[in-house]
Amino acid sequence: MFYVATGAILLALLFVVIRAIKGPTVFDRALAGNSIGTLAILLLASYGFLTGRPEFLDIGLTYGLLNLIGTFAVLKFFRHGDLAYDITDDEEKPGWK
Amino acid sequence: MRTIFLAIALALFWLALSGHYTPFLMSVGAVCIILTVALAYRMNIVDEEGVPVELILAAPAYWFWLYIEIVKSAWSVTRLILDPRLPISPTFTRVRAGQKTAAGIATYANSITLTPGTITTGVEGDILEVHAIVSGGADDLEQGGMDRRVSRFEGSIATTNKEKA
Amino acid sequence: MEMIAFYASWVLIALGSFFLVAGALGMLRMPDVYTRMHAASVIDTLGATLLVFGLMIQAGLTLVALKLVFVLALLFFFGPVASHALAQAALHADIEPILAEDRRGRDVPPKAGEDPSRKEGGQHDPRQ
Repeated sequence: MFYVATGAILLALLFVVIRAIKGPTVFDRALAGNSIGTLAILLLASYGFLTGRPEFLDIGLTYGLLNLIGTFAVLKFFRHGDLAYDITDDEEKPGWK
Repeated sequence: MRTIFLAIALALFWLALSGHYTPFLMSVGAVCIILTVALAYRMNIVDEEGVPVELILAAPAYWFWLYIEIVKSAWSVTRLILDPRLPISPTFTRVRAGQKTAAGIATYANSITLTPGTITTGVEGDILEVHAIVSGGADDLEQGGMDRRVSRFEGSIATTNKEKA
Repeated sequence: MEMIAFYASWVLIALGSFFLVAGALGMLRMPDVYTRMHAASVIDTLGATLLVFGLMIQAGLTLVALKLVFVLALLFFFGPVASHALAQAALHADIEPILAEDRRGRDVPPKAGEDPSRKEGGQHDPRQ
Protein backbone atom coordinates (compact mmCIF):
# COMPACT_ATOMS: atom_id res chain seq x y z
CA MET A 1 0.00 0.00 0.00
CA PHE A 2 2.98 2.30 0.37
CA TYR A 3 3.37 1.90 -3.38
CA VAL A 4 -0.11 3.43 -3.78
CA ALA A 5 0.79 6.39 -1.59
CA THR A 6 4.15 6.95 -3.25
CA GLY A 7 2.59 6.74 -6.70
CA ALA A 8 -0.18 9.18 -5.77
CA ILE A 9 2.35 11.64 -4.36
CA LEU A 10 4.42 11.41 -7.54
CA LEU A 11 1.29 11.99 -9.66
CA ALA A 12 0.36 15.03 -7.54
CA LEU A 13 3.95 16.29 -7.87
CA LEU A 14 3.63 16.01 -11.64
CA PHE A 15 0.51 18.22 -11.65
CA VAL A 16 2.09 20.77 -9.33
CA VAL A 17 5.28 20.91 -11.38
CA ILE A 18 3.19 21.55 -14.52
CA ARG A 19 1.61 24.46 -12.65
CA ALA A 20 5.06 25.72 -11.65
CA ILE A 21 6.20 25.64 -15.27
CA LYS A 22 3.02 27.23 -16.66
CA GLY A 23 3.02 30.07 -14.16
CA PRO A 24 1.78 32.60 -15.27
CA THR A 25 2.73 34.88 -12.34
CA VAL A 26 5.61 34.49 -9.94
CA PHE A 27 3.11 33.87 -7.14
CA ASP A 28 1.74 30.83 -8.92
CA ARG A 29 5.27 29.51 -9.02
CA ALA A 30 5.90 30.33 -5.37
CA LEU A 31 2.63 28.58 -4.44
CA ALA A 32 3.62 25.56 -6.51
CA GLY A 33 7.05 25.56 -4.86
CA ASN A 34 5.40 25.55 -1.44
CA SER A 35 3.16 22.63 -2.42
CA ILE A 36 6.14 20.77 -3.85
CA GLY A 37 7.77 21.15 -0.43
CA THR A 38 4.73 19.67 1.34
CA LEU A 39 4.57 16.80 -1.15
CA ALA A 40 8.32 16.20 -0.77
CA ILE A 41 7.91 15.79 3.01
CA LEU A 42 5.12 13.26 2.43
CA LEU A 43 7.15 11.51 -0.25
CA LEU A 44 10.12 11.21 2.11
CA ALA A 45 7.82 9.82 4.81
CA SER A 46 6.09 7.25 2.62
CA TYR A 47 9.29 6.26 0.81
CA GLY A 48 10.93 5.79 4.19
CA PHE A 49 8.15 3.35 5.13
CA LEU A 50 8.39 1.69 1.70
CA THR A 51 12.06 0.92 2.14
CA GLY A 52 11.75 0.22 5.87
CA ARG A 53 13.94 3.16 6.84
CA PRO A 54 11.74 5.72 8.65
CA GLU A 55 14.85 7.79 9.43
CA PHE A 56 13.97 9.69 6.26
CA LEU A 57 11.44 11.55 8.42
CA ASP A 58 14.22 13.62 9.97
CA ILE A 59 15.23 14.78 6.52
CA GLY A 60 11.56 15.55 5.86
CA LEU A 61 11.30 17.75 8.96
CA THR A 62 14.43 19.68 8.01
CA TYR A 63 13.12 20.02 4.48
CA GLY A 64 9.86 21.46 5.78
CA LEU A 65 11.62 24.13 7.82
CA LEU A 66 13.88 25.08 4.92
CA ASN A 67 10.87 25.14 2.59
CA LEU A 68 9.10 27.68 4.79
CA ILE A 69 12.15 29.93 4.98
CA GLY A 70 12.72 29.55 1.24
CA THR A 71 9.12 30.57 0.44
CA PHE A 72 9.45 33.66 2.62
CA ALA A 73 12.79 34.56 1.07
CA VAL A 74 11.34 34.33 -2.45
CA LEU A 75 8.26 36.36 -1.52
CA LYS A 76 10.28 39.01 0.26
CA PHE A 77 12.69 39.26 -2.63
CA PHE A 78 9.94 39.76 -5.17
CA ARG A 79 8.10 42.25 -3.01
CA HIS A 80 11.02 44.43 -2.01
CA GLY A 81 13.86 43.34 -4.29
CA ASP A 82 16.00 42.96 -1.19
CA LEU A 83 16.24 40.15 1.37
CA ALA A 84 17.41 42.47 4.15
CA TYR A 85 14.47 44.88 3.77
CA ASP A 86 13.12 46.07 7.10
CA ILE A 87 9.42 46.88 7.09
CA THR A 88 9.78 49.27 10.05
CA ASP A 89 11.81 51.56 7.78
CA ASP A 90 8.66 52.30 5.80
CA GLU A 91 7.02 55.67 6.26
CA GLU A 92 3.47 54.35 6.07
CA LYS A 93 4.20 50.99 7.72
CA PRO A 94 1.48 49.00 5.95
CA GLY A 95 -0.13 46.43 8.17
CA TRP A 96 2.38 47.04 10.90
CA LYS A 97 1.33 47.49 14.51
CA MET B 1 7.75 30.81 34.47
CA ARG B 2 7.17 30.90 30.73
CA THR B 3 10.93 30.66 30.23
CA ILE B 4 11.06 27.42 32.22
CA PHE B 5 8.13 26.04 30.26
CA LEU B 6 9.84 26.92 26.98
CA ALA B 7 13.05 25.19 28.12
CA ILE B 8 11.14 22.04 29.15
CA ALA B 9 9.28 21.94 25.84
CA LEU B 10 12.52 22.34 23.89
CA ALA B 11 14.18 19.60 25.96
CA LEU B 12 11.33 17.17 25.25
CA PHE B 13 11.54 18.06 21.56
CA TRP B 14 15.27 17.33 21.54
CA LEU B 15 14.82 14.00 23.31
CA ALA B 16 12.04 12.95 20.95
CA LEU B 17 14.00 13.83 17.84
CA SER B 18 17.32 12.20 18.70
CA GLY B 19 16.37 8.78 20.05
CA HIS B 20 20.01 8.30 21.12
CA TYR B 21 20.76 9.10 24.74
CA THR B 22 24.56 9.33 24.93
CA PRO B 23 26.24 11.85 27.28
CA PHE B 24 27.70 13.77 24.34
CA LEU B 25 24.34 14.29 22.62
CA MET B 26 22.69 15.23 25.91
CA SER B 27 25.26 17.92 26.67
CA VAL B 28 25.05 19.31 23.14
CA GLY B 29 21.27 19.42 23.57
CA ALA B 30 21.58 21.26 26.87
CA VAL B 31 23.84 23.88 25.29
CA CYS B 32 21.43 24.34 22.38
CA ILE B 33 18.45 24.75 24.70
CA ILE B 34 20.27 27.28 26.86
CA LEU B 35 21.31 29.29 23.79
CA THR B 36 17.81 29.22 22.30
CA VAL B 37 16.10 30.24 25.53
CA ALA B 38 18.65 33.00 26.14
CA LEU B 39 18.09 34.32 22.61
CA ALA B 40 14.29 34.21 22.97
CA TYR B 41 14.58 35.97 26.35
CA ARG B 42 16.80 38.70 24.90
CA MET B 43 14.39 39.17 21.98
CA ASN B 44 11.55 39.71 24.48
CA ILE B 45 9.36 37.13 22.80
CA VAL B 46 8.76 35.05 25.93
CA ASP B 47 5.35 36.56 26.73
CA GLU B 48 1.69 35.56 26.50
CA GLU B 49 1.87 36.04 22.73
CA GLY B 50 5.06 34.09 22.03
CA VAL B 51 4.62 31.27 24.54
CA PRO B 52 0.86 30.94 25.19
CA VAL B 53 1.14 28.25 27.87
CA GLU B 54 -2.45 28.69 29.06
CA LEU B 55 -3.73 27.43 25.72
CA ILE B 56 -2.31 23.98 26.18
CA LEU B 57 -5.18 22.49 28.20
CA ALA B 58 -7.94 23.80 25.95
CA ALA B 59 -5.99 23.14 22.76
CA PRO B 60 -6.79 19.46 22.06
CA ALA B 61 -10.56 20.04 22.11
CA TYR B 62 -10.19 23.06 19.85
CA TRP B 63 -7.92 21.21 17.43
CA PHE B 64 -10.40 18.36 17.24
CA TRP B 65 -13.22 20.78 16.43
CA LEU B 66 -11.02 22.54 13.88
CA TYR B 67 -10.10 19.24 12.24
CA ILE B 68 -13.77 18.36 11.76
CA GLU B 69 -14.28 21.78 10.14
CA ILE B 70 -11.27 21.18 7.90
CA VAL B 71 -12.58 17.79 6.78
CA LYS B 72 -15.99 19.26 5.97
CA SER B 73 -14.69 22.20 3.96
CA ALA B 74 -11.91 20.21 2.28
CA TRP B 75 -14.54 17.80 1.04
CA SER B 76 -16.63 20.62 -0.41
CA VAL B 77 -13.57 22.15 -2.10
CA THR B 78 -12.66 18.73 -3.54
CA ARG B 79 -16.18 18.43 -4.94
CA LEU B 80 -15.73 21.85 -6.57
CA ILE B 81 -12.44 20.76 -8.12
CA LEU B 82 -13.83 17.52 -9.49
CA ASP B 83 -16.98 19.16 -10.84
CA PRO B 84 -16.51 19.51 -14.61
CA ARG B 85 -18.30 22.89 -14.64
CA LEU B 86 -16.01 24.30 -11.90
CA PRO B 87 -18.83 26.20 -10.13
CA ILE B 88 -16.72 28.65 -8.12
CA SER B 89 -17.81 32.13 -7.06
CA PRO B 90 -14.73 33.79 -5.51
CA THR B 91 -15.64 36.39 -2.90
CA PHE B 92 -13.68 38.92 -0.90
CA THR B 93 -15.12 39.98 2.42
CA ARG B 94 -14.25 41.54 5.77
CA VAL B 95 -15.02 40.01 9.13
CA ARG B 96 -14.40 41.17 12.68
CA ALA B 97 -12.31 39.08 15.02
CA GLY B 98 -13.95 39.16 18.44
CA GLN B 99 -10.86 37.97 20.31
CA LYS B 100 -9.16 40.10 22.93
CA THR B 101 -5.54 39.02 22.68
CA ALA B 102 -3.13 39.05 19.77
CA ALA B 103 -2.67 35.30 20.15
CA GLY B 104 -6.46 34.86 19.89
CA ILE B 105 -6.69 36.90 16.69
CA ALA B 106 -3.75 34.99 15.21
CA THR B 107 -5.50 31.73 16.10
CA TYR B 108 -8.67 32.88 14.37
CA ALA B 109 -6.86 34.13 11.25
CA ASN B 110 -4.80 30.96 10.96
CA SER B 111 -7.87 28.79 11.51
CA ILE B 112 -9.59 30.59 8.63
CA THR B 113 -6.56 30.01 6.42
CA LEU B 114 -6.25 26.36 7.46
CA THR B 115 -9.83 25.63 6.48
CA PRO B 116 -9.73 24.98 2.74
CA GLY B 117 -11.96 27.41 0.86
CA THR B 118 -11.14 30.48 2.91
CA ILE B 119 -7.87 32.43 3.21
CA THR B 120 -7.07 35.43 5.38
CA THR B 121 -5.33 37.93 3.15
CA GLY B 122 -4.93 40.85 5.52
CA VAL B 123 -5.24 41.90 9.16
CA GLU B 124 -5.89 45.46 10.28
CA GLY B 125 -6.50 45.77 14.00
CA ASP B 126 -9.34 43.31 14.53
CA ILE B 127 -10.70 43.41 10.97
CA LEU B 128 -9.72 40.42 8.84
CA GLU B 129 -9.86 40.46 5.05
CA VAL B 130 -10.90 37.03 3.79
CA HIS B 131 -10.93 35.48 0.32
CA ALA B 132 -13.44 32.67 -0.05
CA ILE B 133 -13.72 30.36 -3.04
CA VAL B 134 -17.53 30.26 -2.93
CA SER B 135 -19.76 33.03 -1.64
CA GLY B 136 -21.36 30.55 0.76
CA GLY B 137 -18.04 30.24 2.61
CA ALA B 138 -17.97 34.02 3.07
CA ASP B 139 -21.58 33.93 4.37
CA ASP B 140 -20.63 31.32 6.97
CA LEU B 141 -17.73 33.42 8.23
CA GLU B 142 -19.86 36.57 8.38
CA GLN B 143 -22.28 34.73 10.64
CA GLY B 144 -19.39 34.23 13.01
CA GLY B 145 -19.72 30.63 14.21
CA MET B 146 -15.98 30.07 14.05
CA ASP B 147 -15.32 33.46 15.63
CA ARG B 148 -17.40 32.48 18.67
CA ARG B 149 -15.67 29.11 18.95
CA VAL B 150 -12.20 30.73 18.91
CA SER B 151 -13.37 33.32 21.45
CA ARG B 152 -14.55 30.53 23.72
CA PHE B 153 -11.19 28.80 23.31
CA GLU B 154 -9.43 32.05 24.08
CA GLY B 155 -11.81 32.81 26.94
CA SER B 156 -10.44 29.84 28.81
CA ILE B 157 -7.08 31.61 28.77
CA ALA B 158 -8.47 34.96 29.77
CA THR B 159 -10.00 33.53 32.94
CA THR B 160 -6.83 31.69 33.94
CA ASN B 161 -4.90 34.91 33.39
CA LYS B 162 -7.19 36.76 35.78
CA GLU B 163 -6.81 34.08 38.39
CA LYS B 164 -3.06 34.44 38.24
CA ALA B 165 -3.23 38.23 38.47
CA MET C 1 -7.39 -6.26 16.16
CA GLU C 2 -4.27 -6.08 14.05
CA MET C 3 -6.37 -6.71 10.99
CA ILE C 4 -8.62 -3.76 11.88
CA ALA C 5 -5.60 -1.47 12.31
CA PHE C 6 -4.20 -2.73 9.03
CA TYR C 7 -7.38 -2.01 7.09
CA ALA C 8 -7.90 1.34 8.85
CA SER C 9 -4.44 2.51 7.87
CA TRP C 10 -4.98 1.25 4.34
CA VAL C 11 -8.22 3.26 4.07
CA LEU C 12 -6.59 6.37 5.54
CA ILE C 13 -3.60 6.18 3.19
CA ALA C 14 -5.82 5.61 0.16
CA LEU C 15 -8.09 8.53 1.10
CA GLY C 16 -5.08 10.78 1.75
CA SER C 17 -3.62 9.88 -1.65
CA PHE C 18 -6.96 10.68 -3.28
CA PHE C 19 -7.09 14.14 -1.71
CA LEU C 20 -3.46 14.83 -2.63
CA VAL C 21 -4.16 14.10 -6.29
CA ALA C 22 -7.46 16.03 -6.17
CA GLY C 23 -5.76 19.09 -4.68
CA ALA C 24 -2.98 18.96 -7.26
CA LEU C 25 -5.56 18.64 -10.02
CA GLY C 26 -7.31 21.68 -8.58
CA MET C 27 -4.10 23.66 -8.81
CA LEU C 28 -4.12 22.93 -12.54
CA ARG C 29 -7.80 23.71 -13.08
CA MET C 30 -8.36 26.87 -11.05
CA PRO C 31 -8.35 30.17 -12.96
CA ASP C 32 -6.21 32.48 -10.80
CA VAL C 33 -3.64 32.46 -8.03
CA TYR C 34 -6.09 33.01 -5.14
CA THR C 35 -8.37 30.17 -6.11
CA ARG C 36 -5.33 27.95 -6.65
CA MET C 37 -4.35 28.59 -3.05
CA HIS C 38 -7.61 26.98 -1.91
CA ALA C 39 -6.74 23.87 -3.90
CA ALA C 40 -3.24 23.86 -2.42
CA SER C 41 -4.68 24.00 1.10
CA VAL C 42 -6.58 20.76 0.40
CA ILE C 43 -3.17 19.14 -0.13
CA ASP C 44 -1.66 20.76 2.95
CA THR C 45 -4.48 19.89 5.33
CA LEU C 46 -6.70 16.93 4.52
CA GLY C 47 -4.45 15.02 2.12
CA ALA C 48 -1.36 15.32 4.30
CA THR C 49 -3.13 14.57 7.60
CA LEU C 50 -4.98 11.48 6.36
CA LEU C 51 -1.78 10.07 4.84
CA VAL C 52 0.22 10.80 7.99
CA PHE C 53 -2.50 9.27 10.23
CA GLY C 54 -2.32 6.13 8.11
CA LEU C 55 1.46 6.01 8.44
CA MET C 56 1.14 6.58 12.21
CA ILE C 57 -1.05 3.51 12.56
CA GLN C 58 1.60 1.56 10.66
CA ALA C 59 4.37 2.87 12.89
CA GLY C 60 2.61 2.05 16.16
CA LEU C 61 3.66 3.65 19.44
CA THR C 62 7.24 4.51 18.55
CA LEU C 63 9.49 7.53 18.11
CA VAL C 64 8.64 7.36 14.40
CA ALA C 65 4.97 8.10 15.17
CA LEU C 66 6.08 11.03 17.34
CA LYS C 67 8.11 12.40 14.45
CA LEU C 68 5.05 12.10 12.23
CA VAL C 69 3.23 14.23 14.82
CA PHE C 70 5.99 16.82 14.45
CA VAL C 71 5.53 16.73 10.67
CA LEU C 72 1.82 17.43 11.19
CA ALA C 73 2.55 20.24 13.65
CA LEU C 74 4.96 21.76 11.15
CA LEU C 75 2.35 21.71 8.40
CA PHE C 76 -0.41 23.05 10.65
CA PHE C 77 1.52 25.91 12.22
CA PHE C 78 3.58 27.08 9.26
CA GLY C 79 1.23 26.25 6.37
CA PRO C 80 -1.23 29.08 7.06
CA VAL C 81 1.61 31.52 7.69
CA ALA C 82 3.06 30.79 4.25
CA SER C 83 -0.39 30.97 2.57
CA HIS C 84 -1.11 34.27 4.27
CA ALA C 85 2.25 35.74 3.22
CA LEU C 86 1.68 34.53 -0.33
CA ALA C 87 -1.82 36.03 -0.57
CA GLN C 88 -0.66 39.32 0.89
CA ALA C 89 2.33 39.49 -1.46
CA ALA C 90 0.09 38.77 -4.45
CA LEU C 91 -2.36 41.51 -3.38
CA HIS C 92 0.51 43.91 -2.80
CA ALA C 93 1.76 43.24 -6.33
CA ASP C 94 -1.68 44.36 -7.63
CA ILE C 95 -2.67 40.98 -9.00
CA GLU C 96 -6.41 41.39 -9.33
CA PRO C 97 -8.42 38.42 -8.11
CA ILE C 98 -11.21 37.08 -10.32
CA LEU C 99 -14.25 37.88 -8.21
CA ALA C 100 -17.89 36.95 -8.43
CA GLU C 101 -18.68 39.24 -5.52
CA ASP C 102 -16.64 41.88 -3.70
CA ARG C 103 -17.74 42.63 -0.14
CA ARG C 104 -14.57 44.35 1.01
CA GLY C 105 -16.42 47.65 1.38
CA ARG C 106 -19.14 46.24 3.61
CA ASP C 107 -19.80 47.57 7.09
CA VAL C 108 -18.47 45.24 9.69
CA PRO C 109 -20.91 44.82 12.59
CA PRO C 110 -19.57 45.90 15.96
CA LYS C 111 -18.37 43.37 18.43
CA ALA C 112 -21.24 41.55 20.10
CA GLY C 113 -21.80 42.14 23.80
CA GLU C 114 -18.24 42.39 24.99
CA ASP C 115 -17.42 45.82 23.62
CA PRO C 116 -18.77 48.18 26.34
CA SER C 117 -17.34 46.24 29.27
CA ARG C 118 -13.94 46.34 27.64
CA LYS C 119 -14.01 50.13 27.39
CA GLU C 120 -15.16 50.58 30.99
CA GLY C 121 -12.70 48.13 32.38
CA GLY C 122 -9.88 49.86 30.57
CA GLN C 123 -8.02 46.61 30.10
CA HIS C 124 -4.86 46.95 28.09
CA ASP C 125 -5.20 46.08 24.45
CA PRO C 126 -2.13 44.26 23.15
CA ARG C 127 -2.98 45.28 19.61
CA GLN C 128 -2.46 49.00 20.24
